[in-house]
This record gives sequence, structure tokens and C-alpha cells, in this order.
Amino acid sequence: MSDIAAEVRDLRMRYGAVDVLDGIDFDIRTGEVVALLGPNGAGKTTTIEILEGFRARSAGRVTVLGTDPEHGGEPWRARLGVVLQSWRDHAKWRVRELLHHLGAYYARYATAEISRPWDTAELIELVGLTGQAGSRVGNLSGGQRRRLDVAIGIVGRPELLFLDEPTAGFDPRARREFHELVHRLTDTEQATVLLTTHDLAEAEKLADRVLILAGGQIIADGSPDELALRLSAQAEVRWTIDGQRFVHPTDEATSFTRTLFAQYGEALEDLEVRRANLEDTYMALVREYEQ
Amino acid sequence: MKGLHVARLGLARGGIELRQLFTYWQDLAPSLVLPAIQIVVLLVMRGHHVPGTSFSLGSLTLPSVIGMSFAFGGLLGVVGLLVVDKDDGVLLRAKATPDGMTAYVIGKITVASATTLIGLVITLVIGLAAFPGVRVTVPGLATLTWVAVLGLLATIPLGITLGSLLPNPRYLPLVMLPFGGISAVSGIFYPITHLAGWLQAIGQLFPMYWLGLGMRAALLPPHLASVEIDGSWRLPQVFLALALWSLLGLATAPPVLRRMARRESGARVAERRERAILRRA
Repeated sequence: MSDIAAEVRDLRMRYGAVDVLDGIDFDIRTGEVVALLGPNGAGKTTTIEILEGFRARSAGRVTVLGTDPEHGGEPWRARLGVVLQSWRDHAKWRVRELLHHLGAYYARYATAEISRPWDTAELIELVGLTGQAGSRVGNLSGGQRRRLDVAIGIVGRPELLFLDEPTAGFDPRARREFHELVHRLTDTEQATVLLTTHDLAEAEKLADRVLILAGGQIIADGSPDELALRLSAQAEVRWTIDGQRFVHPTDEATSFTRTLFAQYGEALEDLEVRRANLEDTYMALVREYEQ
Repeated sequence: MKGLHVARLGLARGGIELRQLFTYWQDLAPSLVLPAIQIVVLLVMRGHHVPGTSFSLGSLTLPSVIGMSFAFGGLLGVVGLLVVDKDDGVLLRAKATPDGMTAYVIGKITVASATTLIGLVITLVIGLAAFPGVRVTVPGLATLTWVAVLGLLATIPLGITLGSLLPNPRYLPLVMLPFGGISAVSGIFYPITHLAGWLQAIGQLFPMYWLGLGMRAALLPPHLASVEIDGSWRLPQVFLALALWSLLGLATAPPVLRRMARRESGARVAERRERAILRRA
């Protein structure tokens, strides 16, 4: 397997007179989890659909698992997993029946390294739908439906998995369970993942690397930590003395707290140092770009 | 064997969908209403006679209705299935799955053929039991078989073409309305020879007339050909007309379907869904 799962060079997409993507470049390395962030209308879904082979680009070069998505045949398709923003297909099918049926399409694309498809019962357990295995798909709750979508996305053990806003509409528990599922996939299956999300905490938790898309261009590319550091070394220090709360922004958090300890000693309580997180970075970058 | 693998998947798909159709009566009920009304109408028509004969008009019409059911099940049925599946994202799912589109189409052909043929058998059994003059002979059965096979070929691919062209279910009446007009000039409920010449000409353009004629030839006594054009069942022409419509459908369906599938994307499905929600609001 090549080290690069996907390669995008000078990708452009134009609808009428509007350039939705204005020459973007990025790579996805094999085994990496990449999160694509950006405001609504920034071109995230367009980008992911071009990579999935669902949409023809206007210009540029795109290679996904060694193939141009516009000319990807069925064997190429079998190596991808696609979870779109919303699915409501196959409402009359039963969960087990649908997963078993869709899994069967991948059987002839199994290789010596990758056995396809996933065992239906095992997969149902993995996504936590054992209790619903016999239910009609149309009767699942929103969170269950989404977990089924993920199960269908991975039933062929994809080498590259696309997740377009996978946890939109999840409650906190369902979100946490989904994150654990993605971790399990990337740890044990070595799957490469490209995901879009509006939840920055989610990107921070799941992604090895973050791409921020705004105005049709990539305005930032790096690990969540790198981005936070690049943008600002500033931290916020909070503490309490005699029940009174203090807040102080500083570029030198370490030496500042050392001074605090020296000055107040035992009286210093509830000390907190808060670094810029991905959300702060994101807001700052997008704001900067928009000006 | 790749072809065999995909064919098996398509048949499995069709089988599962057929089972669903017969498991959930709410789904089946709408497709039973029309045939039920037809049978009632035919029973009422039983007392009337084909003009110039003592033969029951109801018995003459029953085979014609079987012919018409191919146009409804094979063509209109497939159009409906396709448009609804497009709206629900079933087609996009097929596109996201290796060999999914081919298996999807095979599945739809399976469902449409099976439901049409099941309808044929039911109507035929009722016909044999309750309509004097309707009968099955060995040559009749042979005619019935080839007209049925050609009937499916003439209607299902055309249904796939039209279903691919319709953007959403709101356009369904665009296909359904002409059906009423075509069935009126196709000699289904009354011998076509009693229509004006130009109406007869229009009726003969469409496969519905030929399907009805072929079924009458298969199931009625030979002397009833006297009320047909040229006083004959014109089986060679039935074959030719249905074969031409089959070729038209088989030639147009793959490229039109491919074009439609190529344009399907998550954004399009979401867009349609939003519009559907707006319509309901």
C-alpha cells in the first residue's frame, strides 16, 4: 500500500460564476485521520464528494488510492467507505438483512491482506445495534440510524473512509460512543479517515491533522496542537486568593505562575492555565481570513 | 464470474423487496385497488355483448386488461419505484457500493416482472373461473408466454428511461396522465374498430394496444378476431411492434440511467429532501 491515500493538487470547482474551491492542495497519508473544517458553504462537502467520485471537478488533479475518482471503477469503489450527511434509504429493510446484503457486494473484492466483507453480527455489535438487528431501518432513532450508516460505510473494510458530519444531531453519549468507534477503527483496522465536522472538540479528539477551508482555500493545515501553538502562545491563568477570583492573560504562563507561587505560596488556590484550544484557533483564523 | 455474482446480488435484492411487498399489506394495498376495480367493472360488463356477436363484453375485455397491466406494472410501476428510490437516496447508496447500480437495476427488473406476472396469473384465474369464453389452449399458452416476455421487455426498460428522466415524484402525473388517454385509444375497454380511424392510428403507436391484442389472441376463441382491425389477431405485427418498443427501451435505458447515476450526489439528495420538507410545510 502506498504511503499517500489521497493527493489533491490545485483543485478547483466552479458553479456558474462562483468559485467554490479556488485551487486547494493537500495530502492524506495512509492511516491518518484528517478533519476538514470550515464555515457553511466553504466547500467541505464539495471537496469530499469530488474525492468520493460523486462529483466532477472543474480543474486540478486528484488521486484517491492511486486512481482519479472520475475514472474509478468498481474495484476502486470497493476500497472506499462513504458516510454521507444524511441517509434515509432502505427504510423497509431490516438492519441485519441490509448489512448482510450490502456486505455481499464486497466479497469478490477481498484480498490476501483484507478480508471483505465484515461479519454481519460482529459489525452490528461493533456499532451497538445488536438490540435493533431485527428492526426495520425506518423505525430506528436518529442516533441508531447514523450508527447504521457508519456500519454500512465500513461493511467492506474500506482502506479510506469518508465521514461527512458523522455526529450531527447526536446526543453527548452517542457522540462519545461514535468517537470510540472511530478510534477502534483507526487503531485496529488501520483505516484512513477523512471527516468533516462543525464540532471542533470532535476534530481535536479524532483528527491527527486538521484542514481549515474558508473562501474556497485551505487557510490552515496541521495537527490541532500545532495550529493552536502557531496562532497564539497566549494562555489564560485563573486563580483564587481568599475566595476572590482572578484572571490574567499572558504569553509566559510558566514564569507567570512561578511568580504567583512565590508571591502567595499556600494562599494560592484553584490555579488553572488554559491554552488556546482548537475552537479559539479556528475562530481566530476564520475571522482573520474574513477581514 | 463477475456477471454471475452481480446477477445473484440483483436477484437477492429483488427477492428481499418482493418479500417486503407481500409482508406489509399497507404497501401492497394500493397496487391491489386498481385490479380490484377493474375486476368489478369487468363483472358488470359481463352482461353486455360485443357488438354484432353474442360474446360477453366482459370476457373480451379481461385479456385486454391483462395486456394493459403490463403497461401499468412494467412501465408506470418501474417509473414510480425509480423516482422514489432516487428521492430516498437508494440510488446513491447503490452508487456508493461496488457493482451496486447493476444489481439495483436487476433487482428492480425482478420486482417489476414478478409483480406483473403475479397479477397476470391472478387475473387469468379469475377470468377462467368467472368469464365464459376465456380459455387457455396449448397454442394460446405459447402465445401468452411470448407476448408476456416481449411485454416485459417493451415496458420495463422504457420505465427505467422515463424514471431516470423524472427529477422527483411530483412529476409522476406527467407520465401517469397520458396513460389514461392511451388506454382510451388502445381498444382495452371497447373494440378499437369502433373508434375513428385517426384514433385507431394513434392507439396503434403505443405498446398498450399490441399487448391487449396479443393477450386477446392468446385467451379468446378465434372467431372474436372479427372485431379487430383487418378481422385478424395480426400476431406478426404484435411481435414486430413490441420488439420495436423493446429495442427503443433497451437502447435508451442504459445511457439515460448512467447519466442520471453520474449526476447523483449527497448534495442532490439533501437538496431534494429539503425541497420535500418545504413542500410539506
